[in-house]
Amino acid sequence: MIEKALKGEPRYWAWIFFLLSIIGVGFGCYLYQLSYGLGVTGMSRDVSWGVYIAQFTYLVGVAASAVMLVIPMYLHHFKKYAKVVIFGEFLAIAAVTMCLLFIIVDIGQPARVLNVVLHPTPRSILFWDMVVLNGYLIINIIVGWNTLLADKKGVPTPGWVKPFIYLSIPWAISIHTVTAFLYAGLPGRHLWLTAVMAPRFLASAFASGPALLTLLLLLVRRFSKFDAGFDAFQTLAKTICYAMIINVFLLLMEFFTAYYSHIPGHIHGLEYLFFGLHGYDNLVPFMWTSAILGVIGIFLLLVPKLRMRYDLLAVGCGAIFLGTYIDKGVGLVLGGFVPNPFEGVTQYYPTFPELMITLAIWGIGALILTILYKIAISVREETA
Amino acid sequence: MSMDRREFIKIAGLTSLFGAGASGAFQLLEPGVLDASTHEEHGHGDAAHGQAEEQASGPKVRWAMIVDVRKCEDPEVVKRIVKACHTAHNVPDFGNPKDEVKWIWADTYEHAFTDSANEFMDKGIEHLPFLLLCNHCDDPPCVRVCPTKATFKRPDGIVAMDYHRCIGCRFCMAGCPYGSRSFNWRDPRTVLKGKPPNPDFPTRVRGVVEKCNFCVERIWKGLQPACVEAAPNVLTFGNLADPNSNVRQILRTRVSMRRKPELGTKPSVFYLV
Repeated sequence: MIEKALKGEPRYWAWIFFLLSIIGVGFGCYLYQLSYGLGVTGMSRDVSWGVYIAQFTYLVGVAASAVMLVIPMYLHHFKKYAKVVIFGEFLAIAAVTMCLLFIIVDIGQPARVLNVVLHPTPRSILFWDMVVLNGYLIINIIVGWNTLLADKKGVPTPGWVKPFIYLSIPWAISIHTVTAFLYAGLPGRHLWLTAVMAPRFLASAFASGPALLTLLLLLVRRFSKFDAGFDAFQTLAKTICYAMIINVFLLLMEFFTAYYSHIPGHIHGLEYLFFGLHGYDNLVPFMWTSAILGVIGIFLLLVPKLRMRYDLLAVGCGAIFLGTYIDKGVGLVLGGFVPNPFEGVTQYYPTFPELMITLAIWGIGALILTILYKIAISVREETA
Repeated sequence: MSMDRREFIKIAGLTSLFGAGASGAFQLLEPGVLDASTHEEHGHGDAAHGQAEEQASGPKVRWAMIVDVRKCEDPEVVKRIVKACHTAHNVPDFGNPKDEVKWIWADTYEHAFTDSANEFMDKGIEHLPFLLLCNHCDDPPCVRVCPTKATFKRPDGIVAMDYHRCIGCRFCMAGCPYGSRSFNWRDPRTVLKGKPPNPDFPTRVRGVVEKCNFCVERIWKGLQPACVEAAPNVLTFGNLADPNSNVRQILRTRVSMRRKPELGTKPSVFYLV
C-alpha cells in the first residue's frame, strides 16, 4: 500500500517538500544542540523542562484521543465511524512518534537513552511512560495497518486484530494517566500536586485530539473525494464539546481548592499563570486567550445550529485545539516550575533553535500523518 | 564542634570496606545491606540473617550535616565554604544564572524556609545567609523518580549521582522540592580551563545532572567534607545513627530546623538559628 504515498499531484509534493525543508532546518538546529548542549535552549536550573516536554505532554493527549473513536466503533458498533476510525489511529501513530522524538531531543545524553531499558526502574513513572507509549505505538500500527489492508481487499478485519483493538482502549487511557503521574506525584510542585491531574489530562485530551482530527477530516473533505460524513462530524463535535466542558469544570475545581483553602503555595501557580505573581506575568495573556478560546469553542459546538455549519464547526474545533494547546502545551509545565522551590520566580523564554527543533518535530508528525492519510484516502477513494 | 577524629575514621573505614566489597557503586542498596556485607567480612555470615538483625537495629551510619546559621553572618565565611566545595568538585562557573551549576550556596531565610517565614520575623534572622545544599533526604523524591537509578541512596544515607548512568532527563530536578540539583546545560569543562582542575575529583560532561554528594570521596579516605574542613566551627558533619555522635549531641541540646518537613522527605541537613 505504501506505493500510494508516492503518487500525488504537484500540490501534494509541494507540501511534502515544505515539510522536509522545515525538518531540515530543525535538524540543523538539533545538530547544534547536540554539539553545544541543552544550553542552546531557554531552560535553566529553575525551569528545567520547557517547550519540548510541554509538546510531549500535549501530544500524548492527542494520541490518546483515538480511543474516542475506537470505543463507539468497536464497543457500541457505531457504524458512522467505520470509515473514520482509521484516521484517528493514524493520528495516534503520528502523535506518539512526535512524543518519543520530543523526549529524545529533551534528553541531555541522547546516546544513553537505552539506559531506561537496560536498567529498568519500576518505581520511576518515566519508565512506565516509556512502556505505555511504545506499546501504544505498536498497537496502533498493528491495528491501523491491518484494518486498512482489510478495507483495501474488501474483507472484514482479521480476527486476530480484534484483541489488539480492545487492548488499545485501556492502553490509550493509560498513556495519558501515566503521563499525568509524571507530574502529579512530585512533592513541592504545588500546581502539579493534584489528584485531578490525570482526569483533567484525559478530559482535555478527549477534547483536543478529536478537535484536531475534525480539522484534519475537514481538510481531507476539501482536498479529496473522501467525506467522513455529516453524522460522523456531528458526533465528533459532541464528544469534543462534552470533554471540554468536563475539562473546564476540573480547572474550576483547581481554582476552588487553591483559593478557598487559601494556602499560598497552592495559589502561586495559578496566580502566576492567570494574574501574574510578584509582577511576573508573561503567560497571563496566553492563559486568558486559552480560557476565552475554550468558552468560544464550547459555545460553537454546543449549539446544534452552529455546530451543523461546517465553517463554524471548524472555528469551534480550532478554538478548542488552540485553547487546550496553550493550557497544556505552554501553561502546565511552566506554571509548575516558575514559582520555584524557593518561592522565587524565574521566567522562561524558548530560544530560536529550541523553537525550530520543536517545529521540525511537528513537521515530522505532519509528514507521517500526510503519508498515512494519503494512503488511507487513496484506499477509500478506490473502494468508495 | 567538629567530629572526633577517631570516631570519624572508624566509620569511614567501615563504609569503604563496604564500598570495596559491594557489587558496584551504582547498585541500589536497601538499608541493611551494609550490615549484611560486614557480616560477610567476618566469616561469610548468612546475608538474610544479617538483614533481619539489621532491621531491628537500623543502619550503623547515617551521615548528616548541621549548619550553625548565626556563624555564617560574615560573608567571607560563606564565600570560603562555597569556594572550598566548588573547587574540590570542579563545579563550573559560567557567570550567568541560566547555565548556573551549584552544589552549596546561600539564600535568605524566607527562600530557604518558604512555609515558616513571617512578616514579624526577627530582623537578625531575616538577613542571615542560609547555606543550602542537597538535603540527602531519608526518603528522597529524586531517587524515586530517576528512570535509570543514576541517582541513588547509599546505605549510609548519602544520595549519590552516577554521572555515567545519567541520561539527562532532569526528572530529579522536577522531583527535588529543595532545588538542590543542577544540570550541565553546557560543557562544564570549558570554563575550568585556565584554572587547574582538582585531579582528585572527576569533571562532568554536558547533559548530566549533578549536586552535593556530602563529599563521599573524602569520607572514603577518612576526611571531613570540604565545606566542613573550610569552616569547622560553622558546619558539623557526623553520624546520625550513633546516639553519642557529635551531631546527635548538638541536636539534643539545640533547637534545630529542617527544610519543608511537611513533605516527609526527612532531610539530613539541620539548621541551628
